[in-house]
Amino acid sequence: MRYLPHSDHERADMLGVIGAADVEALFSAVPQSALKSFTLDLPAHSPEFLVEAHMRALAKKNHAAGDGPFFVGAGAYRHHVPATVDHLIQRSEWLTAYTPYQPEISQGTLQMLFEFQTQVAKITGMDVANASLYDGSTGTAEAVLMARRITRKSKIVLSGGLHPHYRDVVKAYLKDDADLVCLSPSPTGQGDILEQIDGNTAAIVIQTPDFYGHLRDLRTAADAAHAQGALLIVVITEVVSLGLLEAPGALGADIVVAEGQSIGNALNFGGPYLGLMACKKEFIRQMPGRLCGETVDADGNRGFVLTLSTREQHIRREKATSNICTNSGLCALAFSIHMALLGEAGFVRLARLNHANAILLADALAAVPGVEVLNQTFFNEMTIRVSQPAAALVEQLARRGILAGVPASRLLPGDPDVDHLIILAATELTTEADISALVAALTEELA
Amino acid sequence: MSMNTQGRPTGVGTVGTAASGSALLPDEPLLFEIGDTEHSGVDLPDVDIGSGRLGGFARKSALDLAGLTEPEAMRHYVRLSRLNHSIDSGMYPLGSCTMKHNPRLNEKMARLPGFSDIHPLQPVSTVQGALELMNQLSHWLMTLTNTAAVALSPKAGAHGELLGMMAIKAAQEAKGEAHRSVVLVPESAHGTNPATAAFLGYTVRAVPARDDGTVDVAAVKAALSPDVAAIMLTNPNTCGLFEPQVIEIAQAVHEAGAFFYCDGANFNAIMGVVRPGDLGIDAMHINLHKTFSTPHGGGGPGAGPVVLSEALAPFAPVPFVRKGEGGLDMVEHIEGQALGRVTAFHGQMGMYVRALTYMLSHGADGLAQAAEDAVLNANYVKARLQHLFSVPFPDYPTMHEALFDDSFLKGTGVTTLDFAKAMIDEGFHPMTMYFPLVVHGAMLIEPTESESKQTLDRFCDVMAELANDAKAGNGERFSAAPMKAPRRRLDETRAARQPILKWERPGDLPQAAE
Repeated sequence: MRYLPHSDHERADMLGVIGAADVEALFSAVPQSALKSFTLDLPAHSPEFLVEAHMRALAKKNHAAGDGPFFVGAGAYRHHVPATVDHLIQRSEWLTAYTPYQPEISQGTLQMLFEFQTQVAKITGMDVANASLYDGSTGTAEAVLMARRITRKSKIVLSGGLHPHYRDVVKAYLKDDADLVCLSPSPTGQGDILEQIDGNTAAIVIQTPDFYGHLRDLRTAADAAHAQGALLIVVITEVVSLGLLEAPGALGADIVVAEGQSIGNALNFGGPYLGLMACKKEFIRQMPGRLCGETVDADGNRGFVLTLSTREQHIRREKATSNICTNSGLCALAFSIHMALLGEAGFVRLARLNHANAILLADALAAVPGVEVLNQTFFNEMTIRVSQPAAALVEQLARRGILAGVPASRLLPGDPDVDHLIILAATELTTEADISALVAALTEELA
Repeated sequence: MSMNTQGRPTGVGTVGTAASGSALLPDEPLLFEIGDTEHSGVDLPDVDIGSGRLGGFARKSALDLAGLTEPEAMRHYVRLSRLNHSIDSGMYPLGSCTMKHNPRLNEKMARLPGFSDIHPLQPVSTVQGALELMNQLSHWLMTLTNTAAVALSPKAGAHGELLGMMAIKAAQEAKGEAHRSVVLVPESAHGTNPATAAFLGYTVRAVPARDDGTVDVAAVKAALSPDVAAIMLTNPNTCGLFEPQVIEIAQAVHEAGAFFYCDGANFNAIMGVVRPGDLGIDAMHINLHKTFSTPHGGGGPGAGPVVLSEALAPFAPVPFVRKGEGGLDMVEHIEGQALGRVTAFHGQMGMYVRALTYMLSHGADGLAQAAEDAVLNANYVKARLQHLFSVPFPDYPTMHEALFDDSFLKGTGVTTLDFAKAMIDEGFHPMTMYFPLVVHGAMLIEPTESESKQTLDRFCDVMAELANDAKAGNGERFSAAPMKAPRRRLDETRAARQPILKWERPGDLPQAAE
């Protein structure tokens, strides 16, 4: 077995040093009834080429995004990842390192996290960011709990434009909580979230661009929340939008949570992704997750360490800010490298390219008979209403090799108002030929 | 070395001049000190978007985001990487963290476009291979644990723990026993266990450990009452011991109407040898990264699927895969379902690919052999060092990790931390220190199955030499350590008291948080 270094002879020698007759003796604390009392109906070990063949056969049964025109978004986005990013994250010293518990020999990871935190703070316009969370959805739930700790108030209002999966995760984290108000998703309006704010409100949660692609007015929301002593939590599922849109921090956001997958990370069928979290500096001790800070070593040289760990579970145990004991280190590395490669100039150009392609897409779709584009504003994603049930239409287009977006009913099952809605995204990878193919297919299907 | 107004050494001043650097291991400035807002390593056209469709929300402020050209980026990240220890560069005997070899086949397979370039919300008819893979992984996990169901979606071990306890809470409520408000947690548990229980609103009741490092069924019985919802027990436990009374504990917990949550962080010690379902567990998370070799990547991502007993299977969250007409189907929503979902989309697909690749490579026979070798290696280290180090719990053979305490250092003036830092100068990542909390000055060593006898011998020789040196009164070697790392000991107190969590452009006002 190629991963196991011992020969039987070495195993025997080692047992001799231990003074054990056989390896079973080392399992003597296991109740006899439970030790190797079964035969596993699983295959035996396999050579590399056979394992590879098995996995390739499975992979081949999937339609990859690159196989044809592709417009699927709704919280995960297909962007180009420079070859340099994937090369660098596969270096052993990044890939196979552990959490930087010994800072003297983990300065690579720690400095990278410090740089990552700086990048996230800059693009969100916030004072401080952490070293990443699992993903945007769990980050949103953590932000909601964080807002309750900060304000010592309990009511949380979720905008109807929040991604339905994010809403469901918050609901699971706050199970049966009467003080959680989830507004109905409206494919057109902002809803009445501002009217929900009262003296008991800890936070309102607004996503922009929202689930349907509309851009939301954060300044008005921040002012309304702050007037009642509530916080504004801003959720962003498409972080590329920050290259073009005003930073939430400049508009009064208190906590910003984002899904960082778009920068440096592949679609991966939903994970691993990375949650970005940034906040005002006065909230730092209530922020969950890891933080990397700058300090000096015994020689006075600049160095970095994980810090403020008195918030964390391994010290505070049941009084910790969260049970989280990890971050998405490698995804954060990919994000940070890609963001460094882009720089300000590249990040802005990337955002403009996304927006430009989305404008092409929106205008092309608007000209298709039986299609109505619902968005007045958007970044790279929009919602259309079609004259046929959307789910069947999307399935039909998939048979033609076109992945045409997400039928809203997939995320909002049981809501008859959304049966005819499709959410579509364009990115820098969307070509005019892709759009033409979609328009032609849609025109035929809707005729 | 130059210092700025905050008393911080400036990066530029240290480049190439710092004592800590060397010809082949220079200090590396921050990317913001190398880069420039006009540098870019990505060629993209600058398109005209006219007035756009942004509705007046366009960015007005500058980002001040430094960029690197491709050659600059390559050097920056390669040079930074060389400041890290990693499992590919040397032994990483961190107890409870399980740093085993990460096969590169796993990486290659995870990068097949059929896995990496598929969207979680594209039609399920176009991702049948992905669903099949999730089904196969589920089958392996349920077979290895002898359990009835598995929830794949949790993003990490602690997230799996949260889900498992949510399922228990939902099950108690379904039984009409929502009043059960207490969770039993042994003192030796991971910090995530009490944090998870408290997160869900439970009161944590500690269960003391016996003098031999294991949990006494009598102590559990004494702590059980009608208000107890569950026990959270790690097995093998954090002292590296298999809980000998685990079956009796499970029975007592069930008789009291409570559930048995098992922290499966240490499943690598028993995979293929013991099935947790046979012990009476109701829920257990499995850290795919620890047990099935997906790389840690400097702190994550992890993956924490949870296996569930018959009693808890109905409370599994969405999504899950099931056979439908004409293929596999993904159940993403159940009306009135107790738990709903704990993450967007379907979990850590990239980790599922790596874990299944590893399982198929090892096979059932190889996984059992790996567990046995992990246990063999830990016992070998214990046997070789027990005469020089102090063993707090000598009664049982250790499982996959060897636990020592620091009483052998008494009177030497050398602390556990000093000892660990001296290991760095010898080329080893230190073991886990000061955990588990039940042992004063704990030193938890987990060699894993992927270390050869040669490596273990060298490790034990170095450890023995260090122990002898400490006892001989050579304190300087320890108090000054590390001498040979990229950095000397770092001032963690200063980092916490005056947090500096991001780079500020020199000349900007200092903006230390708080």
